[in-house]
Amino acid sequence: MRSKILGILVLVLMIADLYMIFMFAPNEATMGVIQRIFYFHLPFGISSYISAYLLGFASIMYLIKHDFKWDRLADSAGEMGILFTSLSIMSGALWAKPVWGIWWTWDARLTLQFLLGLIFLSYLMLRAYLPEREKKAALGGVFGVLAMVDVPFNYLSIRWWRTQHPQPVILGGGLDTDMWKVMIVSFLAFAALYAYLLDRRMAIARVEEEVEYLEHAILAHD
Amino acid sequence: MKPVTAIIFKDIVIEMRSKESVSSMLMFGVLVLTIFSFAFEPSSIDRSLIAPGILWVAFSFAAILGLNRSLAMEIDNDCLQGLLLAPLDRGDLYLGKVASNFTFMMIAELIVLPIFVIFNNLKFNLQFLEIAGVAVLGTLAIAAIGSILSTISANTRMKEVMLPVLQIPLTVPVVIASVEATSMVLSGETKGISSWLYLLAGFSIVYLIVSYLVFEFVVEE
Repeated sequence: MRSKILGILVLVLMIADLYMIFMFAPNEATMGVIQRIFYFHLPFGISSYISAYLLGFASIMYLIKHDFKWDRLADSAGEMGILFTSLSIMSGALWAKPVWGIWWTWDARLTLQFLLGLIFLSYLMLRAYLPEREKKAALGGVFGVLAMVDVPFNYLSIRWWRTQHPQPVILGGGLDTDMWKVMIVSFLAFAALYAYLLDRRMAIARVEEEVEYLEHAILAHD
Repeated sequence: MKPVTAIIFKDIVIEMRSKESVSSMLMFGVLVLTIFSFAFEPSSIDRSLIAPGILWVAFSFAAILGLNRSLAMEIDNDCLQGLLLAPLDRGDLYLGKVASNFTFMMIAELIVLPIFVIFNNLKFNLQFLEIAGVAVLGTLAIAAIGSILSTISANTRMKEVMLPVLQIPLTVPVVIASVEATSMVLSGETKGISSWLYLLAGFSIVYLIVSYLVFEFVVEE
């Protein structure tokens, strides 16, 4: 029931968001139509950081409680993380080609995002190569904690290293009021999408666990 | 502190007899320096621009080799089981491993460093000591995180392959800070070097504490 309601909410919000982005939002003065990618790009970027902290939080909770519920959340957050880091990097590259004239540069924010993606990938690889369910959860949990601790160090070192990305316009107050409205609808739509995907992924994780349990039970019975 | 020193002592005795860890790291470090000499034309670019990067590629990859060796040694003949049965705190086991890994890495690096200085026509002066100082901080950071990651990767199906996959993304801040600090020393403009050194020290301290606390989850059955 919950997933149905979430699904309908996502559908309604997404249609509204697409209308706002392509019909309602004003054209940006210098960048023109290209700037509309921003309404996707920013929620993608924020979702990837939410995934990182969700992964870290769920890992800590698993190590404390030893409840597989938290491990399923960590696993799902890891997959959401790789999805949204890839999306934010791709949408960013599509924007950067016409505006900066290049697909990619080793700027601070881009490097950070890429590195975050690598950390999610190594987390998922580690899980894939661990044989037992308990090991997956415990060692995945430890790596999740270590990775979360790494994020601020990455941020500091890369910030000091170099920076070229446009400064965030949201907090600087440089955004037009109509653009703000579109941005807010976009945030709501992607927040709903995130909740929906996470809910579905967790449901799959539960089924996977059940299948694994049944397989063991059958093998033991033979 | 006694269990920690016992583990360090044990590892040093094993290393004195087998010489596997230091010699493989040393060989690998020299090989990296050699390969990079072919990869970049020796005369075409300013050596001091690429030298710090080459040095830290050699150090961080050699460290991975040594870390893999140090855990493989415990897994062979189920030595890790013996260590876990011994009456010592899991965290102390971690600290002992960090200390011995750090020692072996430092020995290999201190032999690679003069070779690096000669290959790149640098001078044996105060700079040399300063680079060694940066190497101590950077190596401690690598040992702190590498000792727990190598124990994690030892549990996986592809032990040797898994460690670099886990370690390289997490040690990016260490590599950036070490390379920046080393190139500052080489160029003589050491203004602002302290923030990089603080970052290295902070990284080591934070990971030593966090890993000390979570190490028991890595080795529990």
